[in-house]
Amino acid sequence: MNTMTKVEHTEHHGPAAGLTRWLYTTNHKDIGTLYLWFSFTMFLTGGCMALMIRAELFQPGLQLIQPEFFNQMTTMHGLIMVFGAVMPAFVGLANWMLPMMVGAPDMALPRMNNWSFWILPFAFTMMLSTLFMDGGAPNFGWTFYAPLSTTYAPPSVTYFIFAVHMMGISSIMGAINIIATILNMRAPGMTMMKLPLFVWTWLITAFLLIAVMPVLAGVVTMMLMDIHFGTSFFNAAGGGDPVLFQHVFWFFGHPEVYIMILPAFGIVSEIIPTFARKRLFGYSSMVYATSSIAFLSFIVWVHHMFTVGLHLMGELFFMYATMLIAVPTGVKVFNWVATMFRGSMTFETPMLFAIAFVVLFTIGGFSGLMLAIAPADFQYHDTYFVVAHFHYVLVPGAVFAIMAGVYYWLPKWTGHYYPETMGKIHFWCSFIGVNLTFFPMHFIGLAGMPRRIPDYALQFAEFNMVASIGAFIFGFSQLIFLALIIKTIRGGSPATAEVWDKPHGLEWTIPSPAPYHTFSTPPEVK
Amino acid sequence: MKVTRLITLLISISSISYAHAEWALNMPRGVTEISHSVFDLHMIIFWICVVIGIVVFGVMFWSIFHHRQSRGAQAHNFHENTFVEIIWTLVPIGILVAMAIPATATLVKMYDPSDADIDIQVTGYQWKWRYQYLGEDIDFFSNTTTPREQINNQSEKGENYLLEVDNPLVIPAGKKIRFLITSVDVIHSWWVPAFAVKKDAIPGFINESWTNVPEPGIYRGQCTELCGTNHGFMPVVVDVRPQADYELWLAQMKNIKAQEIASAKQSISMEELMSKGEAVYKTTCSACHQVSGEGIPNVFPALKGSSVTTGDINQHINIVLNGKTGSAMQAFREQLSAVDLAAVITYERNAWGNATGDKVEPAAIDELKMAAKQ
Repeated sequence: MNTMTKVEHTEHHGPAAGLTRWLYTTNHKDIGTLYLWFSFTMFLTGGCMALMIRAELFQPGLQLIQPEFFNQMTTMHGLIMVFGAVMPAFVGLANWMLPMMVGAPDMALPRMNNWSFWILPFAFTMMLSTLFMDGGAPNFGWTFYAPLSTTYAPPSVTYFIFAVHMMGISSIMGAINIIATILNMRAPGMTMMKLPLFVWTWLITAFLLIAVMPVLAGVVTMMLMDIHFGTSFFNAAGGGDPVLFQHVFWFFGHPEVYIMILPAFGIVSEIIPTFARKRLFGYSSMVYATSSIAFLSFIVWVHHMFTVGLHLMGELFFMYATMLIAVPTGVKVFNWVATMFRGSMTFETPMLFAIAFVVLFTIGGFSGLMLAIAPADFQYHDTYFVVAHFHYVLVPGAVFAIMAGVYYWLPKWTGHYYPETMGKIHFWCSFIGVNLTFFPMHFIGLAGMPRRIPDYALQFAEFNMVASIGAFIFGFSQLIFLALIIKTIRGGSPATAEVWDKPHGLEWTIPSPAPYHTFSTPPEVK
Repeated sequence: MKVTRLITLLISISSISYAHAEWALNMPRGVTEISHSVFDLHMIIFWICVVIGIVVFGVMFWSIFHHRQSRGAQAHNFHENTFVEIIWTLVPIGILVAMAIPATATLVKMYDPSDADIDIQVTGYQWKWRYQYLGEDIDFFSNTTTPREQINNQSEKGENYLLEVDNPLVIPAGKKIRFLITSVDVIHSWWVPAFAVKKDAIPGFINESWTNVPEPGIYRGQCTELCGTNHGFMPVVVDVRPQADYELWLAQMKNIKAQEIASAKQSISMEELMSKGEAVYKTTCSACHQVSGEGIPNVFPALKGSSVTTGDINQHINIVLNGKTGSAMQAFREQLSAVDLAAVITYERNAWGNATGDKVEPAAIDELKMAAKQ
């Protein structure tokens, strides 16, 4: 009898016990946690692959792995980091924070929320299983250009296609849920122009996801048809067009890179005002800039294809459109700097990561502007300069923003402050590691080293060695992060409801740790 | 200069040193007019970024230093200023327009291959380049010559490790050369950094590009589009010669071709076929089938003890000459001379314990080649 009442009690107020809690959960906080742990697992998996790549590139010559396996590593590293680490991490943060930020009791479609998470482990199990198949895992790069990925692909490409389909379904459902939550479940008085920026950026991101994930599904389906059903969408010998593949892929691919950075903008726009103790400068211009970036993302895709032999007029159009992106992106950076200006700053770990984000993302933006200049791009295209560029916007960009967000909200989630010194050690190790890894890549790219090669000419040796050392520093620093999170979940000094020094936002009005159910009665927003 | 000194110091401390210990930071300027304007664009946009960076990060770090709580800074209350917002939207637009003008001019020049003196078709193959001089009856393949022993660290790496080929593209200095770039299998990309020429080689498409190199010299580049297993071992070497030397080379090439045709009619001893066959095998076949003839399981089939190399000889010849559709096995009919084909097939049928004792006569292959041409 006693246990019976206990069960009933928990069902009303807290989570179910055991594994079923996680399998059946429809609670946005549980699902957010699942997403975040999944993302972190994938981050470490993809990271191990990156370390294998960097270990092979430590010196010229082939030492550890053969070219065939090297290509599988670069492909899987890219796919896992994009679809398994960065995207799920942002969805996890959205799940945890959006309902609490808009004053909603949960996500609008909780059962679908459960489903969109639980598709992912299956998708990635299928994807990783290709490593053990005959002929090996996909080896054609994460951009899987046809016909290398169709006529010349290993048999495992079919598994890759289905895995991508499943990820796409998961992302689309997640995006629908986020849009429905933000548009319908805001607390009374929470008008659109009062939404926290993290909510705004996620709303725009969700629309991008709905627009482009079907395009990705389309392109992989065309590959599937070419491989198994005798069509020739991308096969020149059958009247098809290999360049069509690139157009369709990058029509997805370019908005995709903004899907991975807009929520990061949102997180940083939450953190900087808190630790500068000053309202965000230019809130409405931030919203407009984000929308402009989202719009521009649809009309710049050919800048990934400047060397395919496009007509001059097309080349010029996409060069101008790409250069334009610098304007709204610049506005965002200026706004962050203006927010810090004449504030009263302190430098806890989330702020350190946010400041590093602003500086290093801007460096990635600068190299992006250089890449936009089509004639110069002929020299940069497919070299390590490009590798340096997109890793600067993705690692100290997106990944640092995710880490900043985790540090910022961890006390709210766990009810404990994380150990500050340990956080700072993690930050500085990551900061040094990341720059040591990716900054020298600018130099080897400009010197002429192509990307995706397992071995290189001798003049590239010095900086490759530096980059490899940096990669190992960055990789192993993440174990500090893991230890810190486990430590904070287990205990630590209790966090207040506000956690930080008078932060803005509804999430800081509820106790820490956030109760299992929050805002069952909507708050009033003035 | 401090940086350079620091770097020199680092090199001397480093226990591992290479023949080419270079810590090059910037893009080489190249040797053509186009590569110079590209380099100038690169430097302009770089300095624009540096200046913007100094201003933005300057303000930021000044704020971080002065407006910190530990120095008793009080937070101000402002959070918008329309005038400032308009300025920092319009100024970048102005900078971009100023940048777009020279970029457009250079791009227009790069896109004008008209009035070329020589047309050369460049074709990408997994993993080599083919150069055909249009109107000259010159047609050859360019394979990497870096020995496997160097790649596998069994011998010391040469000066041009991974950037050396058997037959470089030879062009005359001071002439406008038009490249017609295509591919027969996957997408490759033909890049010579010193010319600022990079164009994708795409099956079913013929892309145009051009260069005019004023100074003779050897210029090296690589394939820059992932094209499969040996993407990293597909160098481009261009040998630019004075006009007179170029013409001499043309005559030599034609001479060699005539000799090849003549020697295809003659019988060659087994020993000579085997030694020639081994050399051809190493440059042409070993990238996939491996030097040991064992291939890579489930990727590239073994030739050692295989049903093809020890079975029906006509089937073997057919696969080597015409390739195998739906696989990476190419048609080598055009790529190799009759003598080389006879030699390599003989080698494959007698090496690694494939002791069939078969000997393929160049004349027989030559007949098949001729038949295919008609």
